[in-house]
Amino acid sequence: MEKEAVVKEKEVQRSNVVHHYLRPKKKFPNVWCAGCGNGIVMGALIRAIDKLKLDKNDVVVVSGIGCSSRIPVYLDFNTLHTTHGRAIAFATGVKVVKPRLKVIVITGDGDAMAIGGNHFIHACRRNIDITVVLVNNKIYGMTGGQFSPTTTAGAFATTAPFGNYEKQFDIVKLASAAGASYVARGTVYHEQQLEKLIEGAIVKRGFSLVEVVSNCHTYYGRLNREGDAVAMISWMKDHAMPIQAAVKLPPEKMVGKFVTGLIHETDATEFCEEYDKLVERLKAKEAQK
Amino acid sequence: MSNLRKGKVRLLQGNEACFQGAIYAGIDFYAGYPITPSTEIAEGLARELPRIGKKFIQMEDEIGSIAAVIGASNAGAKAMTATSGPGYSLMVENIGYAYMTETPCVIVNVQRAGPSTGLPTKISQSDMMQARWGTHGDYTAIAVAPSSVRECFEETVRAFNLSERFRTPVTVLTDEVLGHMRELMTMPKPGELEVMERPKPDIPADWYRHFEMTPSMVSPMAALGEGYRYNVTGMTHDREGFPTAVPSEINEKLNKLKKKIERFADEIYKVRTEMMDDAKIAVISFGTVARATHQAIKMARERRVRVGAIQPLTIWPFPDPIISDALKNVKKIIVAELNMGQMVNEVKRIAPRNAEVFFLGRYDGEVMTPQQILDKIREVK
Ligand SMILES: Cc1ncc(C[n+]2csc(CCOP(=O)(O)OP(=O)(O)O)c2C)c(N)n1
Ligand code: SF4
Repeated sequence: MEKEAVVKEKEVQRSNVVHHYLRPKKKFPNVWCAGCGNGIVMGALIRAIDKLKLDKNDVVVVSGIGCSSRIPVYLDFNTLHTTHGRAIAFATGVKVVKPRLKVIVITGDGDAMAIGGNHFIHACRRNIDITVVLVNNKIYGMTGGQFSPTTTAGAFATTAPFGNYEKQFDIVKLASAAGASYVARGTVYHEQQLEKLIEGAIVKRGFSLVEVVSNCHTYYGRLNREGDAVAMISWMKDHAMPIQAAVKLPPEKMVGKFVTGLIHETDATEFCEEYDKLVERLKAKEAQK
Repeated sequence: MSNLRKGKVRLLQGNEACFQGAIYAGIDFYAGYPITPSTEIAEGLARELPRIGKKFIQMEDEIGSIAAVIGASNAGAKAMTATSGPGYSLMVENIGYAYMTETPCVIVNVQRAGPSTGLPTKISQSDMMQARWGTHGDYTAIAVAPSSVRECFEETVRAFNLSERFRTPVTVLTDEVLGHMRELMTMPKPGELEVMERPKPDIPADWYRHFEMTPSMVSPMAALGEGYRYNVTGMTHDREGFPTAVPSEINEKLNKLKKKIERFADEIYKVRTEMMDDAKIAVISFGTVARATHQAIKMARERRVRVGAIQPLTIWPFPDPIISDALKNVKKIIVAELNMGQMVNEVKRIAPRNAEVFFLGRYDGEVMTPQQILDKIREVK
């Protein structure tokens, strides 16, 4: 009985934290379907920032266009809701001018992998200190269910009415190969893990990516008979395999599963720091003259 | 030592003058992608900006370049990019974002002939309408058009001033010949040319609204990370910057974009007239063509033709009142431009009823010669 009360109290505290970071006056109710994973991602992001005790004034959240890209508009930070696919390029301008700010990008699989793919890989390559939270619901939600670069082979979408015959991007592999310093995958079922992954990504110096496997039951779920939000999120619980366990499993045991956790981490020079070093070098040279 | 040796007088290319002007205006950030005939601007700033502790980045394309510029400007920087037609075409969606979000930034378009890849190393003035109408939707644009190396410097400074003053993107329209032409110029001393800063808020953060209505219709602009925590969106928004679908708020926003510029257009217009006092014929041209016009009217005056020249240095908003005033007593108007007819339609719109308007165009990648203009003057005389 007592234990239950403590747990309950903790839950209340956890949800109250969120209220400190939402814009009180304006923008509720939100634009999302009930049960959409976007709300969970937003909560995880807030709790990660809260844990890190970042000053709200020092956090800039940049997004593109899509259901997921609406997240920043609700948040009481510096928020920049930009154009479709370009969030990372806008964020690059912000970060280069004010490296002291924590710049976080919220984007979708269409936003970052299709129209914004070029900016994505080049930001990885530069290893600029930006954190990207990529909400992968494997479909274009906002425009009503067209296939994206991550839509599963054979799955249905409004523009894949006979099943998707295209190949998919593995976002984690793409980011790792392109030069990102921190590459992780979480899900909206594993909310506490997601919080930790985002926290780690923000702390990490260099380009960091957290792919979040999310649900668009309204389109993906309906078109592919994967059920409602609860059914789709339960699927994540059953098919996610933490990296620690995955590395020990033979390949046949991994069929149909996907890896979660911190999958790739390296340390490399960071764009803004390198630029600062160049400025210092030139200054020293000038002083010698 | 001569002034040339001391560096006060320098032999500069138009593109060099352009980036020197940007430095004079206080540029903090440049992002760009190489394209002929604008590349020397990026190359110059790649060399100069790190030396003065300012930021340079070569982006992966022009879409990313203008996006980074807008991001940088919102972070408080004076920001610029430079390109040519194909790159400007890629930028227009995000330039629209800058209009909508009232973000100051400067875009230099060193024009080359199009459409498409066109003639990368040949002159053209066929992007005049693109500078006005490039992005979709309703808005009012500012563009300036220099015609000499010194003006490349001065007009770039003015473009920064206008963009900061009005919180709007400003295009500098130069061209291939101007960009690569070399002329001697006396470098302006600090303080010689006016340098403006954007309006900043002087109220507490709680009171701040990023798109506040003010008498000048331009809202003071806090930078990201200064404690104001506002929202910026390309969606039509209210004064706080939140998306809106309320018709009155939509109207207010769009009217603001238009009127903040149109009501104060007198501050923006800049027109040069030459020998217009007794002129019965006027030649209207801008940029490189205005140089040929200058020669042509001198030659015509020697032949006792009463002809004068009008040159808009502000190309958008088109300086209607100043040009129509200059045209009051004119019977014949020649509009000379390096395209198939763009400025001519603006002139027709405002020409006196009893005046005839003639078009002289060239679009074969070559410059307009004084002789060509002189021939046209004689033809219409
Ligand atoms: C230039 C441009 N092209 C197309 C669109 C239309 N559009 C809006 S959102 C979107 C897809 C978003 O998909 P995703 O990034 O996966 O986000 P989700 O809505 O699924 O969260 C598209 C194609 C647009 N806004 N701009
Ligand atoms: S359409 Fe899909 S992604 Fe968009 S809010 Fe609804 S469930 Fe979420």
